[in-house]
Amino acid sequence: MARYLLTRSLMLCLSLLAASLVVFLAIEVVPGDPASYMLGMNAAPDTVAALRDQLGLDEPLAWRYLHWVFGMMRGDFGVSYTYKVPVAGLIADRLALSLPLAGLALALSAALALPLGLIAAARRGKAADAAVMGVAQIGIALPNFWFAMLLVLLFALRWQMLPAGGFPGWSDPVAALRSLILPAVALALPQAAILARVLRSALIETMDQDYIRTARAKGLSRSQALTRHALRNALIPVLTILGMQCAFLIAGAIIIENVFYLPGLGRLIFQAITQRDLIVVESGVMLLVVTVILVSFVTDLAYALVDPRLRRRG
Amino acid sequence: MNLLTVEALKVTIGSQPVVENVSFSLAPGEILGIVGESGSGKSMTALAIIGLLPEGACAEGAIEFDGRQILSMEESDLCDLRGDGIGMIFQEPMTALNPLMTIGDQVAETLMVHRRMRRGEALRIARDRLDRVGLTGDRFPLTLYPHELSGGQRQRVAIAMAIALRPRLLIADEPTTALDVTTQAGVLALLRDLARSEDMALILITHDLAVTAAMADRVAVMKDGIVVEDRPTEALFRAPAEGYTRALLHASLPRAPSAFPKYPPGVAAGDGGSAPATDAAGALLRVEHACRSYRLPRPRPFAPRPLRAAVDDVSFRLEAGESLGLVGPSGCGKSTLARAIVGLDRLDSGGITLAGTAVGPDMPAPARAAMQIVFQDPYGSFDPRQRVDTLIAEPFHLTGRPAGWRDRVGEALTDVGLSPGDGRRFIHEFSGGQRQRIAIARALITRPRLIVLDEAVSALDVRVRAQVLDLLERLQERHGLAYLFISHDLSVVGALTSRCLVMDAGRIVEDGPTARILTAPRHPATQRLVAATPKIPPGWLTPEENRR
Repeated sequence: MARYLLTRSLMLCLSLLAASLVVFLAIEVVPGDPASYMLGMNAAPDTVAALRDQLGLDEPLAWRYLHWVFGMMRGDFGVSYTYKVPVAGLIADRLALSLPLAGLALALSAALALPLGLIAAARRGKAADAAVMGVAQIGIALPNFWFAMLLVLLFALRWQMLPAGGFPGWSDPVAALRSLILPAVALALPQAAILARVLRSALIETMDQDYIRTARAKGLSRSQALTRHALRNALIPVLTILGMQCAFLIAGAIIIENVFYLPGLGRLIFQAITQRDLIVVESGVMLLVVTVILVSFVTDLAYALVDPRLRRRG
Repeated sequence: MNLLTVEALKVTIGSQPVVENVSFSLAPGEILGIVGESGSGKSMTALAIIGLLPEGACAEGAIEFDGRQILSMEESDLCDLRGDGIGMIFQEPMTALNPLMTIGDQVAETLMVHRRMRRGEALRIARDRLDRVGLTGDRFPLTLYPHELSGGQRQRVAIAMAIALRPRLLIADEPTTALDVTTQAGVLALLRDLARSEDMALILITHDLAVTAAMADRVAVMKDGIVVEDRPTEALFRAPAEGYTRALLHASLPRAPSAFPKYPPGVAAGDGGSAPATDAAGALLRVEHACRSYRLPRPRPFAPRPLRAAVDDVSFRLEAGESLGLVGPSGCGKSTLARAIVGLDRLDSGGITLAGTAVGPDMPAPARAAMQIVFQDPYGSFDPRQRVDTLIAEPFHLTGRPAGWRDRVGEALTDVGLSPGDGRRFIHEFSGGQRQRIAIARALITRPRLIVLDEAVSALDVRVRAQVLDLLERLQERHGLAYLFISHDLSVVGALTSRCLVMDAGRIVEDGPTARILTAPRHPATQRLVAATPKIPPGWLTPEENRR
């Protein structure tokens, strides 16, 4: 296990290094000069040059990369071109919304998918299976912004149970949570549908394994064999999907954030791109990359917890 | 009073009958062998007894166990019966255990499910049962996972699970088919001993008649879903009443070893290409001081990785047209050696030459065409989406596809007893024996001089195996082939080869005429192999059967 942890941690560091290089270089080759963009079309060349100097855009590439990386390590992400405030603060504000939202959606997705996948697999080929899979198919097919609007229409406008949008901040935790419920449901439902399908097919495949037959020969009922033996064996593909969803929910919530007027990370990065606020884009993207890498690191550790065969390998 | 009575059992899957009419009975403590080929319905009969027929299967007739009708039992009562009254073990020990659960928990589960025992108590009894099957606490703690055990050890765990509650009946469905002969002998002895000492009835299902000879009180022979003969073991072997039983019996007898040398060097270079048939000294294949070792995982972080020698200073030569056996228990290094000989892996040191050309992963393609390999698994060694003619023509990428390649494929198919028209079919349309014929046709297509047969008949039923061995012999005569025949089973090697190498722990420990090795083994490892091979007592056979 120690060896597994060690190699995974080493891989984590290397991935982070490689990712930071790619993000930095990708932003560098984007056409368009941020200084001239910020000053507008009619800016005088010497004004632009002065701003470039102030932003450090004329420094050598390698120096700027190191400056950026070590800055991030100290928590200094630079200053936004457009908002003229430290990027760190901007991102921290947005994360205060995006992280709880993603966590809520993920928990909801897993909580829905687990029983549904189990029921569908246990009642394979029966009516319950067909019903669960039918609903899951619809859940995958529905565009989530349309579903989000439907939720607003019903729960906010018709029944006035929950707020239609906006985020009051965490000073009032109850109000904050209430405003996150609808977006979390809208985000979670398609994910739950995918997860339930993956769990069902993994369970069905596992139920055909020899060791399930052995368990049945020991006297376990079909449902005992399913929950005691098949579920844990079917968990690996489920964990993979869950890890991917986690990353998606943090970064990819932008459409839902727009529907509910939520000041989340996705919207921040989107706005930064349209305004060519490269510092914010760079930091935001890097943050997402770090999240994805961390999530897959955690997924790897979860694999090893589930499967003893992985603990021995490096 | 019988423990188990099966009467007019019929099992259908869909509208397809898989068991037609099976009746037999079993007394307490009796050992019954059920012998039959794949598809004879013996496994389905066993699954019907334990109430675990696959979905869609329907059983008629009557099965009475200990006074209770199994076919009309509720599922919950069946669950109570399985593992408690009747235990069962299956063929494939590698996949029979849950890979994520410790062996202790898996054995304890039987006790916890049926006796509502607490885990600590169940684990204590599990320890006792594992000791009973020969997995003692000092070497096999309860916290081991299945992947830390060998196939034979895993089968012992499965047995411990099945006998944890001392059931009155144990059903063993091909329990040793996937194991090598030495391991098989150990597991069979354990089963027999358990049945005798715990007064447990045993149904031993196998395709190998020889296995039942030393085990069973009675043998039932099954064919096409019907019991064709059911008699006390000795009577059945001494005078089989049915033609089918006789055929099975003859197929399980050791065949006469081939005479050596059948094909003196030089004559053998039949229809090969232009490359010389042998090297300067007259040998086709020459293995000299071959060594290959694997690195094991580090015992702890930063410790050096220990080396394990899989092949340790092996040297031998193989003449053109000769067939040479290579026998040894699993893990002795014979597959590693085989992979090096066909140039799939490289050696750490030493050398292999084929007709004077060095063999290795980067050897020239035409030289590679001079040898081919046939693997064990007739199901896994073909791409299911390609037609048979494409599969057979595959080795032509070594030599370039000749203009009349379809004729060559047809010729190869005829050679192995199939028809040229079979080339347009897909592999799933063929039985296991036919697939192995196709694998041989694929090996023949480049007109090689050497074919390596790596456990090539181990997965086949005895009768099909005998047919494939006949075919191999005919092909050798016709094409002057040399065979390197690798197996864990001495009786199979004896059928085809005149000279035999015995491998143990990476080394060649014995080298001599097959007949002598079979009758008078010298090295302890060979003696163990010979002793472990299931044999029909000579006194039970007719003089002419004994002469074979």
